Amino acid sequence: MVPLDWYIWLASALFCIGVFGFLSRRNIIIMLMSIELMLNAVNISLVAFSHYMNDIRGHIMVFFIITVAAAEAAIGLAIIIAMFRNNDTTNVDEMTELKG
Amino acid sequence: MTLSQFFFFYNAIVIISTALLMVTRKSPVHSVIFMLIMFFHVAGLYLFLNAEFVAALQVIVYAGAILVLFLFVIFLLNLKVDRLERQSIANWPTAAVLSVAMFTVIAMATSGMQVGPGKYSIESLNRSFGIEGSSHIKAVGVLLYTKYIFPFEAASLILLVAMIGAIVLAKKSR
Repeated sequence: MVPLDWYIWLASALFCIGVFGFLSRRNIIIMLMSIELMLNAVNISLVAFSHYMNDIRGHIMVFFIITVAAAEAAIGLAIIIAMFRNNDTTNVDEMTELKG
Repeated sequence: MTLSQFFFFYNAIVIISTALLMVTRKSPVHSVIFMLIMFFHVAGLYLFLNAEFVAALQVIVYAGAILVLFLFVIFLLNLKVDRLERQSIANWPTAAVLSVAMFTVIAMATSGMQVGPGKYSIESLNRSFGIEGSSHIKAVGVLLYTKYIFPFEAASLILLVAMIGAIVLAKKSR
């Protein structure tokens, strides 16, 4: 039998790797993938709680999180394409137009 | 070590190592491939937790749709190799220390956590909807189409907005 703690530790480790990737990388595509990593970590913890509580609402929440993640990826990648067309870069340090 | 613990450890080790490789590789294509391996092992973990529907969603939506979208965009952008240098911030150890500290706080706060039984178990749902003995996916579907029908419709609206927004944003302006 696997204790609930192990799943929570796995999910928090995955979330912190996502945070590390988002903070340290400057490629906007990798940063968007780090966000997906963090959403996946939350999904793992929700499904684990749902199993250990014998409550099915966790699966419903995961369903909506996956929907929002798909929408976020589509919008984010469209923004990346638009910015690459204007700036010819995916490095966020070179995207300084909003500074004014 | 029992078989279930061995299975958990295998999945956990593969998930953590591919996630670390994903955030540290220089080429985005390598990152996408590592992320694909990670998604399949997360789906295996979901199957292990009796969540077949979520495991199928993970493979179909994440591995099938989102990652293919990432790959298409990477191929579309035609990134030059010489521009791929200097991809990380100079003081990345600060980010590493911050995330390790965050992990420590979360792990210490949640260790030894006890959870009680929830209100919406599969058995009670099946009894109240009169579908005794049917599968897990049926219970999820019935709950989704009765109690959570409004969030379900809102999710469809979110997808519609995302579709229109992606087309408008990526369209060539004249």
